[in-house]
Amino acid sequence: MSEDATATAELKLPKDLAAEKGLVNVQIDGHWIQVPRGTRMIEAAKIAEKEIPHYCYHPKLSSPGNCRMCLVQMGMPPRPAPGEAPTFGDDGYQEIGWMPRPVIACANTVAENMGIRTSGELVESCREGVMEFLLINHPLDCPICDQAGECKLQEFSVQHGRGQSRFQETKIKKPKNVDIGKNIRLDDERCIMCSRCIRFMEEVAEEPVLGFSQRGTHTSVTVHPGRRLDNNYALNTADICPVGALTSNDFRFQMRVWFLKETKSIDLNCGTGCNTTIWTRANEVFRVTPRQNNDVNSDWMPDSHRLAFHHLESDARLTAPLIQKEGTHSSSTWTEAISKAAEGLNMRQPKEVAIIASARMSNEELYLAKKLADALGTDLISTVARKGDSDSKLISADRNPNSTGAALIFGNEDPSEKLDAIREGVSSGRIKALIVLQEDLLEEAGFNQSDLAGLEHLVSSHILANPTAAASEVVLPGAGFAEKRATYVNVTGRLQRAYQATLAPGDAREDWETLAALLAAVEKTFEAPASVDGVIKALASEIPAFEGQSFGSIGDLGVQITETGVTIPLLEQEKARVESGLING
Amino acid sequence: MDTTLLIATAIKIGVFLGLTLTFVSICVIFERRFSAMIQDRVGPNRTGIPLTILGFKKDFALPIGGLTQPMADGLKFILKEDFTPSYVRKAFFWLAPCMTMVPALITMAVIPFGSPMEIGEHIIPLAVADLSVGPLFIFAIASLSVYGITLAGWSSNSKYPFFGGVRSCAQMISYEIALGLSLIPVLMYFGDLNLGHIVEDQVKNGWLLLPLWNEGGFIIGSGYWGQEGLLLRWLLMIPLVITFFIFTTSIFAETNRTPFDLPECETELVGGYHTEYSSMKFALFFLGEYAAMIIGSALIVTLFFGGWSIGFGIDGLLPTGAWWVSLIHLGCFLTKVTIFILFFVLVRWTVPRFRYDQLMDLGWIVFFEAALINIFLMALLMAAPSIGILGTVFGAFILIAATIILVSIAKSVIKPSSVRSV
Amino acid sequence: MATIKVNRPKLSAGEKIYFGSIFKGMAITLRHAFKTLFGKSVGADELASSGMGITMQYPEQKWDEHLPEYYRGVPALVTDEQQRERCVSCQLCEFICPPKAIKITPSEIPSDDEWAKVEKRPKEFEIDMIRCIYCGMCEEVCPEQAIYLRPDYIVTGTKRSDMVNDKERLYEIGGTRVGLVNKWNDLK
Repeated sequence: MSEDATATAELKLPKDLAAEKGLVNVQIDGHWIQVPRGTRMIEAAKIAEKEIPHYCYHPKLSSPGNCRMCLVQMGMPPRPAPGEAPTFGDDGYQEIGWMPRPVIACANTVAENMGIRTSGELVESCREGVMEFLLINHPLDCPICDQAGECKLQEFSVQHGRGQSRFQETKIKKPKNVDIGKNIRLDDERCIMCSRCIRFMEEVAEEPVLGFSQRGTHTSVTVHPGRRLDNNYALNTADICPVGALTSNDFRFQMRVWFLKETKSIDLNCGTGCNTTIWTRANEVFRVTPRQNNDVNSDWMPDSHRLAFHHLESDARLTAPLIQKEGTHSSSTWTEAISKAAEGLNMRQPKEVAIIASARMSNEELYLAKKLADALGTDLISTVARKGDSDSKLISADRNPNSTGAALIFGNEDPSEKLDAIREGVSSGRIKALIVLQEDLLEEAGFNQSDLAGLEHLVSSHILANPTAAASEVVLPGAGFAEKRATYVNVTGRLQRAYQATLAPGDAREDWETLAALLAAVEKTFEAPASVDGVIKALASEIPAFEGQSFGSIGDLGVQITETGVTIPLLEQEKARVESGLING
Repeated sequence: MDTTLLIATAIKIGVFLGLTLTFVSICVIFERRFSAMIQDRVGPNRTGIPLTILGFKKDFALPIGGLTQPMADGLKFILKEDFTPSYVRKAFFWLAPCMTMVPALITMAVIPFGSPMEIGEHIIPLAVADLSVGPLFIFAIASLSVYGITLAGWSSNSKYPFFGGVRSCAQMISYEIALGLSLIPVLMYFGDLNLGHIVEDQVKNGWLLLPLWNEGGFIIGSGYWGQEGLLLRWLLMIPLVITFFIFTTSIFAETNRTPFDLPECETELVGGYHTEYSSMKFALFFLGEYAAMIIGSALIVTLFFGGWSIGFGIDGLLPTGAWWVSLIHLGCFLTKVTIFILFFVLVRWTVPRFRYDQLMDLGWIVFFEAALINIFLMALLMAAPSIGILGTVFGAFILIAATIILVSIAKSVIKPSSVRSV
Repeated sequence: MATIKVNRPKLSAGEKIYFGSIFKGMAITLRHAFKTLFGKSVGADELASSGMGITMQYPEQKWDEHLPEYYRGVPALVTDEQQRERCVSCQLCEFICPPKAIKITPSEIPSDDEWAKVEKRPKEFEIDMIRCIYCGMCEEVCPEQAIYLRPDYIVTGTKRSDMVNDKERLYEIGGTRVGLVNKWNDLK
């Protein structure tokens, strides 16, 4: 013992070095790495950049270990006989004794001096066997299956499959094309019983309506009798389904995924600002899926928000600047529309002008709107508050995606506090010219028709035609959420960016361009920046919270620029599950 | 100048210009059909007269289809977009096609198309300008066409046309020397520079390369053999045949025809000097090339094959000056020219293009020196009767010595290129 | 770069002046010209053409009898002996098509249809014959044996839109094809 103690004193073993940091040493495919104690083997392999194929395992869900695809070979140092001291090799590690049978990597945690082999004869023959079993009853549906192209079964079958079936018996027939909910279609034949959807509905959506029925090869996923999969998070099951068993009704047979271009964006339907991927082909948005961001939306997204992109193709889209003449609107050019709008503003006194902006607008647009208010000399600039109920998961009570940004840019706690003053000014006739940006005054801001009729000069910018646009003298078409490159600050104070996925239809422009043009027409000294980056630069130099930020510095996952104290309930629930060891996180 | 001559000249200009331009289109269809036949193809054989566009029920198909193809081609050239790239030097870019086309047409002025025509008391030669310096005039004007090509290459402001222009410039200057020198023996033989006189001489004494008849009669008659200097005449065939080869080959080079079409060599230079040209401007280059080919053929026919004469003593049987005789002679001339045009086409589709250094070697080392020696050979032969046997032998000795020296110089210059590294 | 010395063949004096070879060449080209002129050139017998070269006098003479089995003409969609349209609009042909000539709009088969169990079929299927390069990739990639290159080769039109074959036209060209694998019949 004393000899050992001196050896330790002279030369620290790797296990001790790791233990000091709360880590353990694991050998993965011959390379030693250090990973946190308690990490699953599959996650350790991910750290070592070794892929272990898997179906049922999902880091945000519990691990039942039922697909058996993640089998790997494991080895531990041989247990010393009583009284025998462990022997360490020249490199400081004990010799690994490899186990003759494989273990599943998703449910086992790593230990000190453990060895993992993610390839090799044993592992590969295991995978081949598992693949063959999974494919026994799987139909040859790939040509009509929406999952084709992003199907794990296809991918692993190419990598680890046999290429030809040895199965000569009759395949089990199961129900296909089952209507189980308003957004989800079930195909039981394609299901490989990974149970991800069942676990998601139970653990995350907390509405356990899915489950397995029957036994053996007849096992199939079913919805509880008398219930339907109508949860607002149901479409996430289609995302996590590794095969085409659960598919989205909205995206069903719309387009093959390999044609779609992915653009990183964020969701603008509430203050949470879920990170999303927009899937487009030829300037058309086909679907929106959640993108992992453990500080915002984990891996999930509410259905109501992801299906809200359809307004981009609406027939009510404004595609050209409109000017009202004798009661009817006719399309015009941007130059004409901007000069008409500016002319009406320039001839008023500062106190006769007000701006109603929207907290749906990006930071850049809000900044330019504020600059426009300054140029006009008015301090009457406000957003429209939009409150709802939080679903205590991802949908925030604040339904504006950029209230925090508006507050920071306008420099007051509640950016919508002056709305009442403006409304009062309009109805009393004190305000003669009004600029309305992306808001419908009649439906959401409490104005009435006579208020708008009393205005001498109403300029508005919208994506879709609405009553406010109908009452406006000049209507400027705007760009939808997928059609502009912009930044937003969510309810927790996180600055996030959205890339442009498609082009705005017709003559419609990105709103910052409209505002910059209007600003240039009102204030002759203003020089419009060449791109939106110029606006961000000006914004970052002026507003302290944004200092040093640029489109590049934000990153795909956003940066925290202020603390609002607001938390996202779903993340809190997830944190609790991680702490209890239920999931890996 | 009296009015009749003036009117006659105007008519001649109109007719011969029209004739040349018609011949260009005939050349085009010859070129296309003949090359097709050589290559086992059909060639353009469909084009009829599209009466349907004029409101008729059916198109008119000519018995031999495709004869209206040149018209269709021409119409297409006119109707196509005349595109001028933005980076070209506009003035020169526009000038270049004219500079190619015009010299080719001007040289036509001195070619005698037929025997002189008697109208009233006037004898009207069937050449626009009956100059006493015919061949020199042709060389002087024809060499101007190099400016067109060089300007086209340079003003296009693009690298391939530029290469084409430079190549053309070097090539034409090189071959002009051989061309001029090779003609000297012919001029020495005739002792006259008037093309009309040259033809008339051939009518009497047999074509330059076919002296089968003379003032005494046809070769089978006894009168032919009775003529003086018959041996010398046949001896002179040696330098004259050499002259003919050099001259014909140089004409190919002058007109930028294959195997000497390096300025527009499409495998190396896209389209050569006319890469940037389109529509009618391109057509002018095209026209210029074919017009040059026609003039070249006409010159060869005039100098070596009796011009408008029917030959074989038949001309003597016809009355002189009658208008129908002139027309027969015109037909005869055009037939001969056509045969030479077909020869041009045949050569084009038989002989592959030279490499540029071979072209230069051929021009400067072979043809230049051969033409030079040829002049002295001709001179020696012509002088032989008057300088006596001793003088002739001495002259021959010097000539052989000079030849050996020139050949050895030529060999030493060519030698390095016979073994090339790749 | 290594320099390779290439020794040119030694030419005899006759060859050096080239004229012999040039005249030999002219004899060959002239022989071809005369053969063509009298309708006796290559192809006169084998292809029953005019003999004016190997070219056929289209449209009076046509290739049709000489078309090989594997001739790749107009791509078209086929139906099988059960009158089922074979295409399920998997869009693999659209993906593989090198000149991007194919455009498919997929749709779901309505539940009252005889073949509702196949679930998917094309709503629109357009092949732009101006773009098509007749490579046959679509036929090769098709997992449903639905698209074939037919021996038709006469594709004409006076407008660009005439050159786009729509779904109806494609099925008309393709017709019925028997002896294909009917995997969807096993479906419940």
